[in-house]
Amino acid sequence: MLTAEAPLPAPVRAEILALAAQEPHPRGAGVAALRLVQAHFGWVSTAHLREVAALLGMSADDLDGIATCFNLLFRRPVGRHVIMLCDSVTCWIMGREPLCAHLWLTLGIRPGETTADNAITLLPTVCIGHCDHAPAMLVDNALHGNVTTATLDHLIDTLGHTP
Amino acid sequence: MTPASERPLTAMIDPAAGPPDCAAYERHGGWQATRRALGRLAPAEIIDMVTRSKLRGRGGAGFGTGQKWSFVPKESATERQKYLIANADEMEPGTFKDRWLLEGNPLQLIEGMILAAYAVQAGHGIIFLRGEYHLACTRLHRAIGEARQLGWLGENILGSGFGLDIHVHSSAGRYICGEETALLTALEGRRPTPRSKPPFPQTGGLWGAPSVVNNVETLCNLPHIITNGPEWFAGLGLGEDGGTKIYGVSGRVARPGAWELPIGTPLRQIIEERAGGMRPGYQLRALLPGGASTAFLDAAALDVAMDYGSVEKAGSRLGTGMAIILDDRTCPIGMIRNLEHFFAQESCGWCTPCRDGLPWVERLLDAIEDGTGQDEDMDQLARHARMLGAPGRTFCAHAPGAMAPLASGLKLFAADFAAHIRQRRCPQQSGA
Repeated sequence: MLTAEAPLPAPVRAEILALAAQEPHPRGAGVAALRLVQAHFGWVSTAHLREVAALLGMSADDLDGIATCFNLLFRRPVGRHVIMLCDSVTCWIMGREPLCAHLWLTLGIRPGETTADNAITLLPTVCIGHCDHAPAMLVDNALHGNVTTATLDHLIDTLGHTP
Repeated sequence: MTPASERPLTAMIDPAAGPPDCAAYERHGGWQATRRALGRLAPAEIIDMVTRSKLRGRGGAGFGTGQKWSFVPKESATERQKYLIANADEMEPGTFKDRWLLEGNPLQLIEGMILAAYAVQAGHGIIFLRGEYHLACTRLHRAIGEARQLGWLGENILGSGFGLDIHVHSSAGRYICGEETALLTALEGRRPTPRSKPPFPQTGGLWGAPSVVNNVETLCNLPHIITNGPEWFAGLGLGEDGGTKIYGVSGRVARPGAWELPIGTPLRQIIEERAGGMRPGYQLRALLPGGASTAFLDAAALDVAMDYGSVEKAGSRLGTGMAIILDDRTCPIGMIRNLEHFFAQESCGWCTPCRDGLPWVERLLDAIEDGTGQDEDMDQLARHARMLGAPGRTFCAHAPGAMAPLASGLKLFAADFAAHIRQRRCPQQSGA
């Protein structure tokens, strides 16, 4: 079982070093390396951040300055699935607020929170380029458009969450 | 030879069939421009053709593409390290045009990058892709792999002596990375803070090397300019500018979407004919013509031609050409509050006026929309619009872009602001 406190597995360390070798300076691989860690563990723990920083020849604080400034890099654990509901202008006009309220009623979570069973984390996202099908959201890597409360209810069922 | 299409950018895009592979791309006219250009035309001739085509940047700023390239030092790619970067960090709210091109025909972007890189003699290509575009990422990797295998990328393309490889950088979600110097800083593994200019990227860009950053749609035009000629391309536009443009409409219209049309198509035609007009029960009140960072136009401005000069004359900017519609049942102050929340959140925090000014604007709008606004708040909003709106008072164009919808909205919706303050509530049920 991969845990966020155990050292990075050797193949991940090797892959990070390979990414760094492709760059004129190892730090150029910073975002790619953090994304790689997150792909394995779901988030970037402080222990892993320190390891990556050492591999790239950076201080941990320097790398954390990058990790914390990007929306898609998670420095706290998230649930098994992440719902990112667009909060930008077209989705707002087309009714994303009632959808957000529906998730609060159904799952009991507000943006930034995770359900108690660790199934779903809800996060806001800026415009995801699906405005002709607003309101839109990303569920993990999949794009959903014309989202309704019925879509959300169905989704919650398929994500294996029992309210 | 396939006859030149009047909508060259999207002619090969078929969502049902998926993107063309190299063979299908070639069957429909692809790779002709690369065969024509590499080793046969001098880089300076390509720059001249693109200048004569009247192609201007499609990312928002609208700088002449040929002119942008002309500032790059002329050494060959083998003599000097240079970079050509496709800006695919499409994050302007209301904008979904580059995603269509990236998912629909990634080889067109790759060929555009080969031509641009050859013109400025850059041996390294990078696609800076926003992290949320997962399908585009998969399709780009597949297309690059195939192009590499067939010799369209790599060393000595078509025996011309020119080589280019393309690397995809998947970003992790930050609007400011769309600003070209912030994008370069991000690629160097630092916080994406914009840089002071000069040096301009063309002389001192990525890792200090000469670099050109072009928008996806801009690059996708290049194969067609080289294949069909700059005069043909210039003739596609209805007014001053050359080519077609991908226009879009979102909001409460009958058929939201994006369409490739001659650049300079009147806004009314795009909204009424393409988007099918407003949904039953809704009236058009105002709109942002080219994304969140452009000024509001009201319904009286609908006959404006959607080219760079005409939209500017009407008091706004063409921007990305993707219009966001405000209908009569949505609160304009709520809409501006949403926009300013976005800009405040996405400020990189480097310079004080932007870092502290934008959240202040957001809080003032929160108060007005929630019914606790006061008359003095209007003066404070106007002062911010004036102080942050003028170029040169902040480090980059982020804050001036943020102030465009606010400054225009303060004038256009003055009665709505006054009603909120007087009635101590939002008179309209907003966002529902």
